[in-house]
Amino acid sequence: MLINHPILGPRDAAEFTYLGDAALIDRPNWQADDAAEAFHDYLYLRDNPAGLHRELWFHEQGDRSWLVVTRNTLTHEITSVELARDVALARGRGKE
Amino acid sequence: MRYSGFRVIKEALTGHRGWKPAWRDVAPQAEYDYVIIGGGGHGLAAAYYLAKQFGGKKIAVLEKGWIGGGNVGRNTTIIRSNYLLDGNEPFYEFSLKLWENLEQELNYNAMVSQRGILNLVHTDAQRDAARRRGNAMILNGSDAELLDADGVRKMYPFLNFDNARFPIKGGLLHRRGGTVRHDAVAWGYARGADQHGVDIIQNCEVTGFRIDGGKIKGVETTRGYIGAKKVASSVAGSSSRVMSMAGMRLPIESHVLQAFVSEGLKPTIPGVITYGAGHFYCSQSDKGGLVFGGDIDGYNTYAQRGNLPVVEDVIESGVSLIPALGRVRLLRSWGGIMDMSMDGSPFIDKTHIEGLYFNGGWCYGGFKATPAAGWCLAHLLATDTPHETATAYRLDRFRSGLIIDEKGQGAQPNLH
Repeated sequence: MLINHPILGPRDAAEFTYLGDAALIDRPNWQADDAAEAFHDYLYLRDNPAGLHRELWFHEQGDRSWLVVTRNTLTHEITSVELARDVALARGRGKE
Repeated sequence: MRYSGFRVIKEALTGHRGWKPAWRDVAPQAEYDYVIIGGGGHGLAAAYYLAKQFGGKKIAVLEKGWIGGGNVGRNTTIIRSNYLLDGNEPFYEFSLKLWENLEQELNYNAMVSQRGILNLVHTDAQRDAARRRGNAMILNGSDAELLDADGVRKMYPFLNFDNARFPIKGGLLHRRGGTVRHDAVAWGYARGADQHGVDIIQNCEVTGFRIDGGKIKGVETTRGYIGAKKVASSVAGSSSRVMSMAGMRLPIESHVLQAFVSEGLKPTIPGVITYGAGHFYCSQSDKGGLVFGGDIDGYNTYAQRGNLPVVEDVIESGVSLIPALGRVRLLRSWGGIMDMSMDGSPFIDKTHIEGLYFNGGWCYGGFKATPAAGWCLAHLLATDTPHETATAYRLDRFRSGLIIDEKGQGAQPNLH
């Protein structure tokens, strides 16, 4: 698989390590009343879809940036690659 | 029809006109007591033991494709009982004991071959871990022997003993481990289940559950609605997809594991060898092909094929352990989809929906578990209590904290 890095262009997926579902960006609020339950779901439960999957890849053998890759889990086709930083900021992370 | 040497001779002399299909091709009935989703090894074994040991009546196994076309026909055929943790080892030992009597039980030649599994160690720390694991195995009624380098050399003189970085210091030998003809396991259980009245329904994909007031009523399928008092999902690889139709999210990711077979060779490797310094394991099939594999690819996928970097990685590991492999040609490779769970261990449990049961999360260890997983799922379906060797396989163990993490990797499925 080739991952079209937004800054570096197409890179071999073997340069990356894989973390999992990009929903991991949405870390629950630890001060919420239901924090224990929310962290259980966050840590251990996954949608694991067959089809489009947004997921976190880390360019360990490259520029060490985190990417959000949208990939089809039935075909391995990659349709979009974003910097995880941009995705997280757009989702309001880092403001609370 | 009972198979025997006499039957083979009789059929040979009469033009092989007496053989019958090993199981009936049936259309689904409107209602069953038990519906098992997934006609893989586990589902068929569960149906067989449910009918035979637990007196279950009106049982159906629903298979999306054909019997033997899923992971039961894609694995590397190894059976073993060499786990460390209390939640696991009694279960796998139970499974190995069922393997040891499988062919007599099913009247089917599954080519169960207890040729021994050798886990190599390359450092002092690995030797300590192997000794601890061996003791845990022995405490649970399994067998283990710790070999030194000379002991390994006597068994497998062709290994790369003097690798500068990973010299072979010894190994943990599990003599009762071995290999089984995997398709024959599916066929044997299918035939046995059929003989006990189980309906095996192929080309029948489940498309939804009918749930009323928190209680299961039946399943929607591509061959119509089928009512059921109890439904069990046994579809490892696709567990998340099936259980999502019941509104459940699982502690599972689907990953691909590749396997490989070489061209046929004269007898070369009598047992199963696993490399302790890279992820590589190898045995030789009765046709002569070297059957080997290594790591999962490491990303979510439902495509039953992997990518080339892992092919290269597995073969590098193989050649560094067995330099002679460099002269062998690879015949083919394939992939199977694994339920990778959050602690690397499986589930055999009820769900919050009354009458809906779940068997899955087997990671890449489902094949060796086939007989016991079937037995324990049947036990759970029939009695609503877990079998004594499967009490730890709870779906809520991440909430309770009673996880079973053999590798100590934490909640990162692609590292287990």
